[in-house]
Amino acid sequence: MFFKDLYRYRHLLREIVVKNIKIQYRHSVLGVVWTLLEPLLTTLVLVFVFGRLFGGGRIAQDPNIINFPIYLLCGRLLFDFFSKSTKRAMKSMKSSASVIKKVRVPKFIYPVANVLSNFVTFMISMIVLVGFVVFFVFAASERNPAPILTWNLLLAPVPLIILFILSTGVGLIVSTLAVFFKDVEYLYSVFCLTLFYATPIFWSPATMGGTPDSGLMMVLNVNPLFAIIEMFRDTVLRGQMIQLRQFVFALVFALAVFVFGTWLFQRKQNEFILHI
Amino acid sequence: MSQPAIAVENVSMKFRMHKEKIDNLKEYAIRLIKRRMSYTEYWALRDVSFAMQPGERLGVLGFNGAGKSTLLKIIAGVQNPTQGKVQVHGVIAPLLELGAGFDMNYSGHENIFLYGATLGYSRAYMKERYHSIVEFSELGDFIHVPVKNYSSGMRARLGFAIATAVDPDVLIVDEVLSVGDARFKKKSERRIKQMFDDGVTVLFVSHNTNQVRRICSRAILLDKGLVIAQGEANEVCDIYDNMAADSPPKRKKKQKKPVPKPKEEEKESTI
Repeated sequence: MFFKDLYRYRHLLREIVVKNIKIQYRHSVLGVVWTLLEPLLTTLVLVFVFGRLFGGGRIAQDPNIINFPIYLLCGRLLFDFFSKSTKRAMKSMKSSASVIKKVRVPKFIYPVANVLSNFVTFMISMIVLVGFVVFFVFAASERNPAPILTWNLLLAPVPLIILFILSTGVGLIVSTLAVFFKDVEYLYSVFCLTLFYATPIFWSPATMGGTPDSGLMMVLNVNPLFAIIEMFRDTVLRGQMIQLRQFVFALVFALAVFVFGTWLFQRKQNEFILHI
Repeated sequence: MSQPAIAVENVSMKFRMHKEKIDNLKEYAIRLIKRRMSYTEYWALRDVSFAMQPGERLGVLGFNGAGKSTLLKIIAGVQNPTQGKVQVHGVIAPLLELGAGFDMNYSGHENIFLYGATLGYSRAYMKERYHSIVEFSELGDFIHVPVKNYSSGMRARLGFAIATAVDPDVLIVDEVLSVGDARFKKKSERRIKQMFDDGVTVLFVSHNTNQVRRICSRAILLDKGLVIAQGEANEVCDIYDNMAADSPPKRKKKQKKPVPKPKEEEKESTI
């Protein structure tokens, strides 16, 4: 049902993805450059604030961080994709209301297309990460050692695919909720902000005194974003194999959310038209 | 006998009318705890059945609130009925609120492909029809201007050109035969006549019985969600005209009015 409709309306999916990307860049003079500049500049700010002003000493002591700018950028890029794509998906029902009310289209196309178009810009912004890695390979310092690059780098797409599945699932859930309840939009923004701080993006478990059996680790171990971001850091920063436990947990969690999201959306979509 | 183009079987549609609209989680939680979720049920359609053969032109008549729009939405597949089922064979082109699927920041050119995709057509398919769409809409160089800068007439013209260019099997027409100025109106009527001759199935919703008599061979009359008459277009139109004539109590406005200056009946209905 879901995948059949997806195939039948692949043209529409493509058109919307292209449209989102085109419109995003049409009105800014810097165009695509902005996609690269934004993570670059915010990362520099965060590196300065958290690497120098607060906790700089502790960050230098954590062997897991290796290179703080890259560590931070990995987390920020992945988290940014998650929050941006799910927020866009959430608003997609309202913004395409005029179409949904008039023409028979599978409604889930809209949240899925929004996650997909954000994934494309996310891939473009990966250029910044490549730049950082190359820079620190050649300009490694005592403070910021070079990232360790091994064949495990080839596993980098694995966490990204899991993240895409998770974002699509969450996008479907929040877009369903936002149709019925207006305040979900605000609540979800607060939720995302909380999640940003609760996920080790600019901090690491060790800098917060998280030992393997501490309460902090117990909380982090049920955060799928932590597992996904850590897997990604393992491959591009630490040159390590991804951890099986994290892989299984993140994949199962993402698939469960995706299945629940499609189920909820399909179950409720006939009522959407009465509320948007 | 071939397969019917549209088969509507025992379709009923129920709405819940909440006394107060609950559209946020806070309210919802409060109501849930207090266990007060009062609503009244309202049947917009009750047990509606009819079938249309390919190439047939059916008029749908009824006063405001009779359930016409709900019926159209169900046939167009936008809404699912509470009971019963609708089967449609072929592609439906809804000529309702033309240009509703346009993206305002997109140019006319880009919207042709976007709207085509919304109706389920590939880029290649739309490319074949692109020139005839642009030509018919008479937009010329404006086709590369964002739609937000179009006049409502331009928007409707483009919407009409796209919706009729894709060779639909079923056309749902909601009094939009009048698009744009007098000249374009003539042209669009010719286009629709052409489609009639090509054997398109038409579902025509109108208050104008003259139009229904002229265009349709059969008609159904809805009142409060029920089909109260169905059959030959002229007969059903007579019933409708009679109903409209002898329901004066509801038409107080007409009596009150101190002879207003003669208003033109013909209204542009290109919302």
